[in-house]
Amino acid sequence: MGGLYVNRTRLILVALVVVLACALPFVLSSYRVFQFNMVLVYAIVLLGLNMLTGFNGQISLGHGAFYAIGAYVAAVLMDHWGVPYWVTVPVAGVICFIAGFLFGLPALRLHGHYLALATFALGISMPQILKYKGLEEWTGGVQGIVILKPEAPFGLNISQDQWLYLFTLIIALVMFWLAWNLLRGRIGRAMVAIRDHPIAAEAMGIDVAAVKTLTFGVSALYAGVGGALGAIVVQFVAPDSFVALVSITFLIGIVIGGLASISGVIYGALFIQFVPNIADEISKAAPWAVYGLFLLAFIFLAPAGIAGFVRALWARLTTGSTRKKRAAQTQET
Amino acid sequence: MAGSINTSKVAESQQANSVLLRVAGITVRFGGIVALDDVSFDVRRGEIAGLIGPNGAGKTTLFNCLSRLYDWQNGSIEFEGTPLADVRRHRVAELGIGRTFQNLALFKTMSVRDNIKVGAHCRSRGGFLANALRLPLTGREEPKVDARTETLIELLELGEVADIPAVDLPFGTQKRVELGRAIAAQPSLLLLDEPAAGLNHQEVETFIELIRRIHEELSLTILLVEHHMNLVMRVSDRVFVLDFGRKIADGTPDEIRRDPEVIRAYLGTDS
Ligand SMILES: Nc1ncnc2c1ncn2[C@@H]1O[C@H](COP(=O)(O)OP(=O)(O)OP(=O)(O)O)[C@@H](O)[C@H]1O
Ligand SMILES: [Mg+2]
Repeated sequence: MGGLYVNRTRLILVALVVVLACALPFVLSSYRVFQFNMVLVYAIVLLGLNMLTGFNGQISLGHGAFYAIGAYVAAVLMDHWGVPYWVTVPVAGVICFIAGFLFGLPALRLHGHYLALATFALGISMPQILKYKGLEEWTGGVQGIVILKPEAPFGLNISQDQWLYLFTLIIALVMFWLAWNLLRGRIGRAMVAIRDHPIAAEAMGIDVAAVKTLTFGVSALYAGVGGALGAIVVQFVAPDSFVALVSITFLIGIVIGGLASISGVIYGALFIQFVPNIADEISKAAPWAVYGLFLLAFIFLAPAGIAGFVRALWARLTTGSTRKKRAAQTQET
Repeated sequence: MAGSINTSKVAESQQANSVLLRVAGITVRFGGIVALDDVSFDVRRGEIAGLIGPNGAGKTTLFNCLSRLYDWQNGSIEFEGTPLADVRRHRVAELGIGRTFQNLALFKTMSVRDNIKVGAHCRSRGGFLANALRLPLTGREEPKVDARTETLIELLELGEVADIPAVDLPFGTQKRVELGRAIAAQPSLLLLDEPAAGLNHQEVETFIELIRRIHEELSLTILLVEHHMNLVMRVSDRVFVLDFGRKIADGTPDEIRRDPEVIRAYLGTDS
């Protein structure tokens, strides 16, 4: 009964957020719509990273690299072969899945700090790989690639920005639905079991190596889909958009939002999209110092991430209300 | 018809005394330490076998060989006729060997319920695609896992704590969760490494009841490591004794109690 009640409230909350998200592009300025579009893009990437790091316990300081690969796959496909923008998104996902899976194989031998370093090596070398002369014909070298903004389909009477936002929202919803299914089921349990106790997980019959490498692949797939969407939204890719700081920012996003939390990635995405802007507005001279202060404040105030903070708050509210209900019942009897 | 019933009965009674696990001449060395030295014994289908010995005798090492966590240098282990050396680590559970760990190895952040569900991993199907896309397979498998989990939660009286993360529970309860997780895999051989450690006198009595019950109801074969002599002698059909990695005795609880070598090993006198 209690479970049913919680499930229904949760469903209502999710529906509310979705309705709100659908309404956003029709009430905000086109610049704000662009910003929230990026929030959706980041949420997809963070969801993938949280699967890997939060749920499965494999740290990645290099997800910016998969994000970059996704972005470039989309840009090159559209620029060179005139592939429709919506086709590039799944293609970017598949290519990043393969890349992630392959990277996950040697990663099996690395743990903790060493895995952090190995993934960081990937992240930090990506801009230079993208500038590589031999690839210039496709990547456009330092100049990057400019992409045209797609028109709304089916003669819909909405702006390009509004359409792009809705397109991203639909994909984000699908990606969240898939992640939710995956993480709540047999494989999601296996991921967490591996993080908590890999030896016991293996003794329970979990193929630890397979689950870890596939999780790496799926996680990179999410980053790739996000990267492709990001490229289409920004209408531009260049090597210097994918510096190592991007990877660090993603990690910040999942920690601030809440490790191993699905809803947390939305908070994390809002943080990495808006806090740099806010910091910039507060101090033009030292925005990074302000950003650092924000980070510290969040870490101290919400040590279990914003999702953990919200959960604790929610628990306090609901136990309060059941107590009131109980009190009311005892008064009745 | 009658004939077929008869043959199946004969097969069953033959099975009842057949060897389930055969350990033959196992030797395990860690650098200079010989943790197991040419150890051999059989466990028969359906029995409860006790494995005892002073600290450092090699009991846990033997369990770790049985779950393929450790490699052995000499000898062979056969389970239902399959050489364990050919079995990969994550296939051991599926083969039918389940275990608990001496120093708790629960999934700390997961709820009691989810811990037990992970135990059922090897008895259910569905990979990344089936789960993510909610293919019909998942719809069939998950309710089975749920039902099995609820039965075990009831059997082990874990209902009160089912939603609590394992790490927040007292030691004794965590041991019971580990037991539940092990049985969820529907093993034919259950390895218990000091399951009664930390239990008080009353709790040991309850635990003995529980062991007998699951042995009976789930028709399990159990290999039990325990320092609690009273418990081992009461529930075991047969007892093996290890000392400094060597098997020094093998017999019924009564025989073991009277065995001079065993007495010497436990009293630690050298004569
Ligand atoms: N991984 C390992 N590396 C090195 N030595 C080990 C290892 N595992 C066990 N040993 C050694 O092997 C010997 C047997 O240890 P084991 O844990 O099997 O004993 P035990 O009979 O389970 O003892 P207890 O009753 O204290 O649990 C000990 O000397 C121990 O130090
Ligand atoms: Mg031991």
